[in-house]
Amino acid sequence: MDDIEIKVRETINQLNEEENLNIDFPESYIEDLSKAYIANDLTDDELQKLIRKLKQAYDRAHVEAGEAVGTVAAQSVGEPGTQMTMRTFHYAGVTELNVTLGLPRLIEIVDARKDIATPTMDIYFDEDRRNDEEFVRTLANKIGKSTINDVLLDFNLNYGTQEVEAILDSKKIEEKRLERDEINAAISKAFKKAEINGDRIIVPVSKSDKSDSKFEIRELRLLADKVRDLQISGIKGIGKVIIRRDDVEWIIHTEGSNLKEILDMEGIDHVRTTTNNIHEIGEVLGIEAARQSIINEAQNTLSEQGLSVDVRHIMLVADIMTSEGIVKSIGRHGISGEKSSVLARAAFEETGKHLLHASIRGEVDDLTGIIENIIIGQPIPLGTGSVGVKMDYKKE
Amino acid sequence: MKIDIQDHMLVPKHEIMTEEEISDEFSDVDYEFKDLPKIKSHDPVVKAIGAEPGNVLRITRESQTAGEFVTYRIVED
Repeated sequence: MDDIEIKVRETINQLNEEENLNIDFPESYIEDLSKAYIANDLTDDELQKLIRKLKQAYDRAHVEAGEAVGTVAAQSVGEPGTQMTMRTFHYAGVTELNVTLGLPRLIEIVDARKDIATPTMDIYFDEDRRNDEEFVRTLANKIGKSTINDVLLDFNLNYGTQEVEAILDSKKIEEKRLERDEINAAISKAFKKAEINGDRIIVPVSKSDKSDSKFEIRELRLLADKVRDLQISGIKGIGKVIIRRDDVEWIIHTEGSNLKEILDMEGIDHVRTTTNNIHEIGEVLGIEAARQSIINEAQNTLSEQGLSVDVRHIMLVADIMTSEGIVKSIGRHGISGEKSSVLARAAFEETGKHLLHASIRGEVDDLTGIIENIIIGQPIPLGTGSVGVKMDYKKE
Repeated sequence: MKIDIQDHMLVPKHEIMTEEEISDEFSDVDYEFKDLPKIKSHDPVVKAIGAEPGNVLRITRESQTAGEFVTYRIVED
């Protein structure tokens, strides 16, 4: 295959030199040409002919200079958006996990929300461990949030002695693959006065100065809730985990997300493990990864609803959102709110505010954009309007 | 364990361009350097490859439409 690709490249270079065709095909075209060359058993002349034809078609498909690509992208994403279900939940395949889908999710993506409604991670494992069920289950319980309540056998409030008595269930602990020492350490850290006797844990109410009996019962009950909700394992930010097996390997889905800590864990596939939180990806993996993630998330959201939008429109949106090195939203607080032209900003939202501030600061509008020129009734710099006439002073 | 984020599937290849490459690549363009897309100096990938403000990075993305696509970002504070 590589030999053929080199041959195709050589033929293109030859055509470029001999006939000045100025061919600059993307990589995927070279691959397709090579495939066609093999599949149809082309002669060298036929290959040259094919390249010429492809060049014509490629030039025709090019976006013209001055084309309003942003407007076309907005329309192309906006129209299918009207057909989206307003509210949809549930994750495809895993019913227990709620994930925002449809229009609300699309809005989240283009608004570049920092706190998304349902952050979730897909955790994969490295080659040695993706089929090791025991390892996956142990890790899932390490990642997922467990509280004392999850491993209780019996739980009593002793009103007489003002103590909370919790009996742990060894079976449940084993099932969850938790470490006894870690549980005990978590308990002693949270409740200094706790007594631990094997499975039996007794936590007395810390004595306050007030000896009002009603007050003490209240405190005992508050303490009981605290004991029950004490977190004994899990990574910050992550709640429920779901273990799922697809055709070839085990995968963990989580409610909540903490990409940085998960990626640092042993046995995790740090190539494919991702989150749906774009800001988090930007922080941990950089702006280019965030760009790719915006494209993936937007495309998945659309295709899940059976809508197909050309990926180039989404790529344009992602390019604009990340061009400043940080993830910016489309709209008042992001791209549209930072346009240099006063008139363009005033035409978008909060007209009065922008005009007032501009007059206070003495802003100047160069009238280089579309909106400004429409407002004052001039030809707009778009399409045929984007070229002007310049005098040739030398021939005067 | 410290992992290399550049291995992650979402992260494309970032390279620091030399002065020579820069003058080669941008000799016939009609825009200025400062108009290139930006990348922050505290970006994790910038830190990983040791780029400094003012450097131009060549980014080779795997593109769904073009197979492979080369783009550039300038490191800024």
